[in-house]
Amino acid sequence: MSEDAAAYRVARGTAASRYGALVAVAGLAVLISLPFWGGRADMRTIVEIAYYLALAQLWNLLAGYAGLVSVGQQAFLGLGGYALFVFAIHAGVHPLAAIPLAGIAAALFAVPTAFIVFRLRGAYFAIGTWVVAEVYMLSFAQISALGGGSGISLPAAVVKGIAAGRMWRETTIYWTGLAIAVGAIALVYLLLRSRHGLALTAIRDSEEASGSLGVDNFRTKIWVYIVAAFGTGMVGALVFLTKLRISPEAGFNVIDWTANVIFIVVIGGIGTIEGPIVGVIVFFVLRELLADFGSWYLIVLGAAAVLMMLRAPQGIWGLIAERFDLRFFPVQRRLVFDPASFSFVAETQEEDKRKP
Amino acid sequence: MEWLDAIIQGVLLGGLYALFATGLSLIFGVMRLVNIAHGDLIVLAAFLGLAMVNGTGVHPLISLIVIVPVMAGIGYALQRGILNLTLGRDILPPLLVTFGLSIIIQNVLLEVFSADTQRLKAGALETASIAIGEQIAIGWFPLIVFLSAVGVIAILQLVLFRTRLGTAFRATSDDHETAALMGIDNRHVFALAMALALAVVALAGTFMAIRTNFSPAIGPARLLYAFEAVIIGGLGSLWGTLAGGVILGVAQAIGAKFHPGGQILAGHVAFLIVLVLRPNGLFPRTRDR
Repeated sequence: MSEDAAAYRVARGTAASRYGALVAVAGLAVLISLPFWGGRADMRTIVEIAYYLALAQLWNLLAGYAGLVSVGQQAFLGLGGYALFVFAIHAGVHPLAAIPLAGIAAALFAVPTAFIVFRLRGAYFAIGTWVVAEVYMLSFAQISALGGGSGISLPAAVVKGIAAGRMWRETTIYWTGLAIAVGAIALVYLLLRSRHGLALTAIRDSEEASGSLGVDNFRTKIWVYIVAAFGTGMVGALVFLTKLRISPEAGFNVIDWTANVIFIVVIGGIGTIEGPIVGVIVFFVLRELLADFGSWYLIVLGAAAVLMMLRAPQGIWGLIAERFDLRFFPVQRRLVFDPASFSFVAETQEEDKRKP
Repeated sequence: MEWLDAIIQGVLLGGLYALFATGLSLIFGVMRLVNIAHGDLIVLAAFLGLAMVNGTGVHPLISLIVIVPVMAGIGYALQRGILNLTLGRDILPPLLVTFGLSIIIQNVLLEVFSADTQRLKAGALETASIAIGEQIAIGWFPLIVFLSAVGVIAILQLVLFRTRLGTAFRATSDDHETAALMGIDNRHVFALAMALALAVVALAGTFMAIRTNFSPAIGPARLLYAFEAVIIGGLGSLWGTLAGGVILGVAQAIGAKFHPGGQILAGHVAFLIVLVLRPNGLFPRTRDR
């Protein structure tokens, strides 16, 4: 019997994931080399795509896996953005070094925030996070050292300190953007493949069941919330390093930093790593197509998300994955039957050989 | 005296917040639905009132005869056509669908009415007041709003506890599967609850439009006030919601006394303090499973 059992093994990688990894590495190499042959406008667009991709991955980790539907992630984006200005202007930290520090600052703020919003559940949690984000926005508008309601700019001296020459400054920010997007995907992927990922997927599928099997739901959720705040804070620092100016309304903007991100994840496919990637592509294509029609792109995006949620809640990627059984980021464990090591088959094959 | 005045004005403002919150509280009570588009529906009602007042020249309060049934109809259709499809064990679909609706309503209003701030003109009613003593005056209009809130909640209580419809609401709220077995059509009952909620929203939106400036972008803030009033008061309790609205209004009025920019912040902070000290609100009746 034990030999028969050996014929089954737990597999994680898929053909798609192996070929996909090769294509991704090649694509990333092309993107890294872009500053040497591409235009400045392309670089700016790609940085924007990169930070939206990172935000979408982080929101998906919260809502798609931990069941924490936050409408208040703009709180940590704004905090990260302001942290960049505080570290760079008032503490003289190099702006690039300030990015991870901004993530840590956002994570520190996430601890007391979680203490308050975790008293609310489900939909109430969603609106509670929004209230807290408003409180941060209104509070930062009162801090005159940070420009109050009208905001603050990054001084020219600090900007020049990023790197020598405009070309290198833009290239540095561009590479940082790529690194943050890749980092966010890697963070979510590795987290989901770990022991904690198993707990998270269990929580996603059924909170009661995961709780009864010994997963500490509350603890896991708190940690995911803090990790997401850390990542969102870093993205916030990057966003305002590209914009060079922050105000409470820009930093804590619910449309820019949460509504768009939710639409990206819902349209692409919630609860998968591929979903946000597909969603971010759809988002930028729609935005380009509808660029001349004012707020219509938000109406179309909202309608697409509503339709998606009603008709195909698994999103575009969910539909593709179902149809073609594709998985580029294998986070699940599959049982594979391996005929070569199945003793019965092996013996019959031996016998076949012995026959004349 | 100044403080007493602030508190009185805060209580009256709280009446408006209670009206914002009543619809939200009712639909949560009946179908456990949290409608993120609630604030934008209040603003939609305000713009419908504006369009009608501008188009026909009637007094805003007369326009309610049309706006209330129109919003109720929108509520019925919205629930039957879209929101009923999202109800189930999973909290994501109703949240994300109403969030999408919120963004759609905001931007459609923006396209149709532009981003300009508007106001409904109510003539002499806007400034009429009763003087109490030397320094305190109570505006007739805020008083009417407050008394309307009390009246609406009293009527809803009668509907909930004295009518067959109310029995159906409470039955589906307690256990919608058993209610369905007893011959209640949940889809219809839910749609009636949303219609009733949006009838109140029509009243709230029109009062808001007379009282303050409004624009397509202010919906989310109204949602937050409504939500805070519901949570402060305790889930599922309509009188609690009135108390929650009053507490929020008073907190904002006191905050405004301390600091010009402190009004809204003080309201949010009061909400967070209640949340930390009494997570179930002050007068909870329903538990959020």
